[in-house]
Parts: sequence; C-alpha cells; structure tokens
Amino acid sequence: MQKLISWIDERLPIVEAFENHMSKYYAPKNFNVWYIFGVLSMVVLVNQLLTGIWLTMSYNPTAEGAFASVEYIMRDVEYGWLLRYLHSTGASAFFVVVYLHMFRGLMYGSYKKPRELIWIFGMTIYLALMAEGFMGYLLPWGQMSYWGAQVIVNLFGAIPYIGEDLSLWIRGDYLISGITLNRFFALHVVALPIVILALVVLHILALHTVGSNNPDGVEIKKVKDENGIPKDGIPFHPYYSVHDIVGIVVFLFVFCGVVFFFPEMGGYFLEAANFEPANPLKTPDHIAPVWYFTPFYAMLRAIPDAFLGVVVMGGAIAILFVLPWLDRSPVKSIRYKGMISKLALLSLIVSFVILGYLGVVIATPERTLLARILTAVYFGYFILMPWYTSIEKTKPVPERVTG
Amino acid sequence: MKNLLFVALMSVISLGAYGAGGSNAPMDHIETNIADKESLQSGLALFSNYCFGCHSMQYSRYERVANDLGIPNEIFEENLLVGGTKIGQLMDISMSSDHAKVWFGSVPPDLTLSARLRSPDWLYNYLRGFYADEKRPYGVNNVIYKDVGMPHVLAELQGVCAEAPHFGGEITVDPLSGNSLNESGCSTYSEKGSLSSGEYDQAIYDLVNFMEYVAEPSRAESEIMGRNVLIFLAFLFIFAYLLNKEYWRDIH
Repeated sequence: MQKLISWIDERLPIVEAFENHMSKYYAPKNFNVWYIFGVLSMVVLVNQLLTGIWLTMSYNPTAEGAFASVEYIMRDVEYGWLLRYLHSTGASAFFVVVYLHMFRGLMYGSYKKPRELIWIFGMTIYLALMAEGFMGYLLPWGQMSYWGAQVIVNLFGAIPYIGEDLSLWIRGDYLISGITLNRFFALHVVALPIVILALVVLHILALHTVGSNNPDGVEIKKVKDENGIPKDGIPFHPYYSVHDIVGIVVFLFVFCGVVFFFPEMGGYFLEAANFEPANPLKTPDHIAPVWYFTPFYAMLRAIPDAFLGVVVMGGAIAILFVLPWLDRSPVKSIRYKGMISKLALLSLIVSFVILGYLGVVIATPERTLLARILTAVYFGYFILMPWYTSIEKTKPVPERVTG
Repeated sequence: MKNLLFVALMSVISLGAYGAGGSNAPMDHIETNIADKESLQSGLALFSNYCFGCHSMQYSRYERVANDLGIPNEIFEENLLVGGTKIGQLMDISMSSDHAKVWFGSVPPDLTLSARLRSPDWLYNYLRGFYADEKRPYGVNNVIYKDVGMPHVLAELQGVCAEAPHFGGEITVDPLSGNSLNESGCSTYSEKGSLSSGEYDQAIYDLVNFMEYVAEPSRAESEIMGRNVLIFLAFLFIFAYLLNKEYWRDIH
C-alpha cells in the first residue's frame, strides 16, 4: 500500500494535496453547529449526482413519454421509487442546507475580507442551483412542472425590447413544449452539474487559501506557535472529519425520515397537482413555485409593474453578491456587532421566511401589502448596511477564539 | 449533544415549516389502510366491475397488483383478465378518447394517481356525493365536483340520493339511545340501491383504499425499509458519537 502511494505520489502530488486540504489544513477549534451545513451540502450534492445518474437510465425526456417514464421508475424499476424520492427530497434538502449555510455566513461575517471571493463563488453556486432546481422541476412533466415553467419563462418577456425574443429563445418554441423539455434535460443533467462541481471546487480552494472563519470572527492565523501552526487551529482531519460524521448521521436520520415516510412533505416537496400529466390547454387554479423559490416569487407578485417586479426579484438575489462591500463594520461576527446589526439580521430572516409563506398562498390585498413591507425590510438590510454598520458601537474582539 | 439536538431540530423545523393546504368544502375524513388486503381486494373487485370500463390505470401492471394484493396469478388471470390480455400488461382500457368525448363531454381521467392528485378524502366524499338533479344529462349532480360529466355508475349499489348529501358535519350522539343523530351523507333516497348506507360507505372505503394503494404501490415496502434504515442510523450514531468524543478528548 505504502509502495503504491509513493509510486503515485512521484507522479501526482496526492500526499501533499491530502495534507493541504485535510491533515494539515488547520481549522479553528471553536466551530459550532452552524458549521455543519457546508459538508451537508456536499453530501446532498453527491446524493443528487448519484441518484440523478440512475434516474437518467430510465427517464424518457420527451413530452409524450416523460410523465409515464417517471411512473415506470416508481413502479417497474427495482428501487426506482427510492431513487426518485432520494432525488426529489434531495432537491429540497439542498436548499434547506444551503440557506442555513448562507445564514451562518451572514451571522459570523464569513463574507468579509479576506473571504469575499469565497462568498461570490458560493453565491454563484446558489444561482446555478436555482437554475438546476428550476429545470429539474420541469422534467416530470406534470401540470405544476409545466405551468411553473411557463410562468417563470414568461417573466423574461417583461424585459423591454428583448424580452419576448429572449423568452422565445429560452423555450425554443412559442410555448413550453417537448423542445423545451429536451433542452432543460440537457442543461439539468450535463451543463449545470459541471458548472456546479467546478464552482464547488473553486469555493473550497478559495476557502483553503485564506482559511475558515469562526463564530468569533477572529483570524486564527494571526497567532501562530513556533512551528507556524495557528494556536487556535486543529487539523481538519481527523478532528473535523469525525465531527462531521456525527452531523451527517443526524442529518441522514431526518432526511431518510422524509424520504421513506413523507416524500411529498405535505405537498411542498412533491406538489399534488404534479400527479397529473402536463396539459397545455388547462391552467391550474393556483400556480405556486416550489417552496425554495417562494420568497422571491412573493416579491415579484408584490410589485404592481411586471418589469419592475422582475427587476426587484433579480435585485434581491444580485444584491447578495455585493454584500462584502456593504458591510463597513470593524468586526466580523454578530457576537461583537452592535444591537442594530442584530436586529437587522433578525428582520432579514423574519421577512424572508414570511415572504416564503406569502409566495405559497393565494394573494389578497392585505397579503400583498405585507409582502411589500417585507420586501422593503429585505432590501433595507442590505441598502442600509453601510450606514448602520459604521455608526453602531461594537464590542471588543478577543485576541484568541473563545471556545 | 445539545448541538446535535439542535441540528435535528433545525432540520425538522425547516422541513416542516410549511403546513399542508386543503380544500374548503367540508368532507368526511377516512384513514386508509393499505395493509388491509381484504379491503384492497374488494376495492379491486369494485374497480374492475364498475370503473374499469371507462377509467384506465395505465401506469400500473396487473401482475404487480395481483402480487401485492396476495392474489395468485392463475386466479387473477381467470377472473379479472378478458380476451387476450396478459398479466404483464399495463391496465389500459379499450375505449378510445374520441368516443369518450362524444359520450361524456370529456375523457374520463386515468385513475392510477388520482388518490395522490385529489386525496383519499376527496375520492371518498366524491363517490358518495351524487344526488338527483334533472338538469344534468345523466340526471345526477355531485356535491364535491359540481356539474361533473360522470354518471352515477354505482347507483345500483347506493341508490340515488334525493337531495345533496351533507359531509363533514359534527357527529352528535343522542345521550339516551347512543345513536348518532346527524348521520353524514345522504338522508333520503329517490331510488333504492342494493346496499345499505353503511355497506355502501364500506364499499367506497375499500375502493378508495385500493386507489390509494395503486397511486403509490411502493408505500408498504418504503415503510418497512425506512424503519430498518432509521434503526441502522440510530446505531451508527452511537458509534459516530463515541468516535468523535474519543478524538476530541485532547482538544481544549
């Protein structure tokens, strides 16, 4: 074994790579539970890739055959139902862990200098993931797949001058059709997974260059011992690898509970209307996107003008990219920031969750008003950030991490 | 340990944050039981005799149904398959959609997934929701699905209800006799059927139970496997937890 390793290592630096990224990558010793969601998104990514490959073996990407092939997978393919539920539950789980991972970043200032690029790669992953989720949702070719895609692609039509041509170009047809299904399939199973994998590599390489942040927002590389090892750092392997296994098992317990017992999750992971094949002549009474898009969908509906609505929806995601340059606070972690920052983060989360709910339910005048207020709150967190982070009084940050 | 509970809790909260939506018409509620093979078999019998002429179950295979319901293949072939139909075939029907449109105004939907599309409660109330209405082409209307094109196929069993039946009301019990006062469903019949109202409800329960099974035939296997997977993960957790504890002994 040792001989084999050294044979390879003379030709490819695998030992060095293992040391750089695992056994000699020093991570702060004070990670808390919020630091599990990064590795969990890797677990879900692997689940999506593997189950996706096997689903592709039996799936038929045509308007005539797609719906029936999904039911064929559910009934006639050995363990096809399991592959399909792992994949459909995995899609929602991906967004659950990614949202919590992003929240961790907001809370402890992980986007701040010198980690701006990690944040930007992460946001790009999020963007690619939304495209992946959206295109994957069309593939079962159910009623909600069809009409959800119709609504979202039509949004591009609201852009002045080029809008109509743009949505025509995306669909490849005058309405969502088998042509759209085929290209979404190609993008979902080939193009976007490659993009996502490449971005994940960049995200982690950038992370391992500057090192991980921690709940105190202290740079552990500032205090090193005589060997040049950060005093508050511990090797990722074995300490965090054994730590992460525990978190992964707990996650899998919850995840498998859903997969095996509630794969529909009350209609939020698999919508009831999607158990009917797509019918271009019959619009469903109530079209709601899958839950992970609903906060943005609520913002879109809250704006009376179609084009402005698309701008606000796009802006809600775009503004996250510039976050590292909006935060003027001298400290990173919420632990040492002032009261305004704490309240601002709280109101961001509350508005995002309530907007998520409002995007699911049918709009009424009161709900639309509430959605407008919450949209303002959401943007307020970002737009007012340069102001409130520079005027508030922060607490002194300790030299070393606080356990 | 506190942290682990927190992960579990966060996952549950975030997954369960969205509750179920529902229809607004009041309905009677049933608890389906796909483990009750006798009920599934009588549901299959009812489906074959009354529904299968017009409604297909085109994603389901006869053989799978026979095996899951514990019906020997020979008996199934003899009694339930007509003409040259093979047991490995999908449960299609021979009525063409062009004919169906002329006869009923629209094509009777495929019923493989209707329990997942509509919910078992919806089916249970819909199939008990027909009543006499002369304005309709087939002389019946439905309280759950107003102006539906479907005739009351089960009228020879249920009879025809004279007025719109009521569902989902609070059932109050007469304290003296112990009988329930406002029975759910039909109160007066304009035409008698061969079954009593209780027998009819039971027959519909069996039919809906069968439809619930067909909509997701993997459910039973999923729950058995799921239980084993969760037990395995619970054991794995103990070892993972102890391993982690052993390594982290030297930190701090």
